[in-house]
Amino acid sequence: MSHFLRRQGWVTGLFALLVILFIATKIIQPGYGSGDFGSLARAVLPYAFAVAAQTVVVIAGGIDLSVAAMMALTSVTAASMMAGASEEYALFVVPFVLAMGFVLGALNGLLIVVTRVPDIVVTLAMLFVLQGAALLVLGAPGGAAAEWLKALISGTVPIPGLPDAVDAWLPKALLVLIVCLCIVWIPLRRSRLGLSIYAIGSSELAAFRSGVPVARTRVIAYALSGLFAAMGGLALTMSTGIGAPIPGPYLLASVAAVVLGGVALGGGKGGLLGPIVAVFVLRLVRTDLTLLAIDPNVTAIIEGLIMVAVVMFGAFITMRGRQS
Amino acid sequence: MSTTAITPAPVPFGRRIKRFMADRPLIPLIILLVILVVILQILRPGIVNERWIANTIKFAIPLAILAGCQTMTMLTGGIDLSVGTVATMSAFIMATQIVSQDPAVAFLLAMMPAVLIGLVNGIGVGVFRVHPLIMTLGTSLIGTGCLQVYQRTVIASGAKIPDFLAWLGTGVTPVLGFAFPNALLLFVPLAALIVFTLARTGFGRLLYAVGDNERATRLSGVQYWQVITALYVTSSVLAGVTGLLYIGLIKAPSLSLAEPLVLPSVAAAVIGGTSIFGGRGGYTGTIIGALILTVLTTLLTILQMPEGARRILFGLIVLFVTAAYLRIVEDK
Repeated sequence: MSHFLRRQGWVTGLFALLVILFIATKIIQPGYGSGDFGSLARAVLPYAFAVAAQTVVVIAGGIDLSVAAMMALTSVTAASMMAGASEEYALFVVPFVLAMGFVLGALNGLLIVVTRVPDIVVTLAMLFVLQGAALLVLGAPGGAAAEWLKALISGTVPIPGLPDAVDAWLPKALLVLIVCLCIVWIPLRRSRLGLSIYAIGSSELAAFRSGVPVARTRVIAYALSGLFAAMGGLALTMSTGIGAPIPGPYLLASVAAVVLGGVALGGGKGGLLGPIVAVFVLRLVRTDLTLLAIDPNVTAIIEGLIMVAVVMFGAFITMRGRQS
Repeated sequence: MSTTAITPAPVPFGRRIKRFMADRPLIPLIILLVILVVILQILRPGIVNERWIANTIKFAIPLAILAGCQTMTMLTGGIDLSVGTVATMSAFIMATQIVSQDPAVAFLLAMMPAVLIGLVNGIGVGVFRVHPLIMTLGTSLIGTGCLQVYQRTVIASGAKIPDFLAWLGTGVTPVLGFAFPNALLLFVPLAALIVFTLARTGFGRLLYAVGDNERATRLSGVQYWQVITALYVTSSVLAGVTGLLYIGLIKAPSLSLAEPLVLPSVAAAVIGGTSIFGGRGGYTGTIIGALILTVLTTLLTILQMPEGARRILFGLIVLFVTAAYLRIVEDK
């Protein structure tokens, strides 16, 4: 029992924090209702995928600085392919973009394994490359998204037999997020591969000596990260209807949420649930600041300060853990 | 008794080249620079003249100073991605405060955010042990936010470029019949100071030591956080000075003034032979790296390569050069 609490205590605490923030939001803005929750879920979507992408790599003991650039590239690719194309064509675009993310992520991993250059340098270089590629695909924000894709994340899920009052609190965006993450994460977590990812993050040498194919596992971890980033890019295109070649603030946000979500930056610890809850917490803080009528630029500063503070705190905890 | 000369086994040519490059990284760099200039001259005959050289030097200097920040932080195994924001901030504050303030006061106000950001970076990296990349990225986001808020408070007062900075940034002085960029007046002493600090002073040696083996350095009694804090403050102040120089060169204050210099500054330091893992490198190589990148940019502009392709190329250069250096070091 104490083991369970220690493992899940962090996530439970985060849930409690989320509930407190919801109550605070309700106090600040008594009219905060299901519609606002829907827009929160939509705003969280790209962040959540960025965080999922970062989480997989961090658990495997690495870091991926190219997450935001990957999202920008996949987003502009999807938007420019769908511009002027038929609705059915999007059925081809979605798997194509996802595959592109997977392959580019695998390229990240391959470069790390083959050149033996540290992950932080390789993904930094890839950040330049992907950013440049995004600018080549689309020089300025533009493109389009298929109507059914946009409809996929707006509105609520109609479940027969449920009263409308409950139904209104189930935005489609939340469902899309949960389904997409679970399809990849749950089979992974239960497979040998998932165990290997945790193993190489925990101790690469020990994993190697126990017969884990370290190189292959690392490449797959980065490939999965690319896949999640591609989902994030698609989510960006779905929610804005266009693609923008300049990466958003997703890199720092993803690292901050990973740390806040209880995943150790050293690797091998934590799960996906914590970081995802952490994203909701960070987004809700932003909503609250907006509701308090604080200048959006000041909000950006406060957000930056929170993220830096969280990362500092996480690093401090890691350091203390290593010393003891 | 006959003396038999022991002839050493002939070293393979490829290995010899590798060893030569590892021992004297400056020579291949200078060769590369000359090759680029020759290619430029072939593509556009007559482009390489006195004015072009002065211009290239003028544009290479801000890049070289920022690359100096990267060199010093990289020697300790870090990186400073906040230099672009810091340079932009000090340039923007200088240009807006000079309207109403005394130049000296405006200068102090302009350098304040630089010192502050450097201090936060240093404490975050040195005391809390955040990865420098994440730390400096975070402070640069906060800095950009602050600048946006600041911009709205001064939007009515307007901005102007101080004559002195314009003179320093763009002016040339004819010396012995050669147009001599005034920016060299600032850069030459600065570069000499950095080279001297790195090679001859205790602080410079500490930077190499920390980057080479942090644990050993700490065990021999070095206060790690003090070195790191001093380093990041120095780096930020240098970035602030670069901002002032750059605004004199570009003459148009904007909120993303020096941002495009950040990635090339990392690339310049890496090309110049400074190891991104710390402990190895120097500033002389970085200066040549900055010159190479400036000439390369001219070349890419002449070839009409779009901005995106340029970024891809920079990324590939950083990756390729780092991998190559890793190979050379492993071979020794």
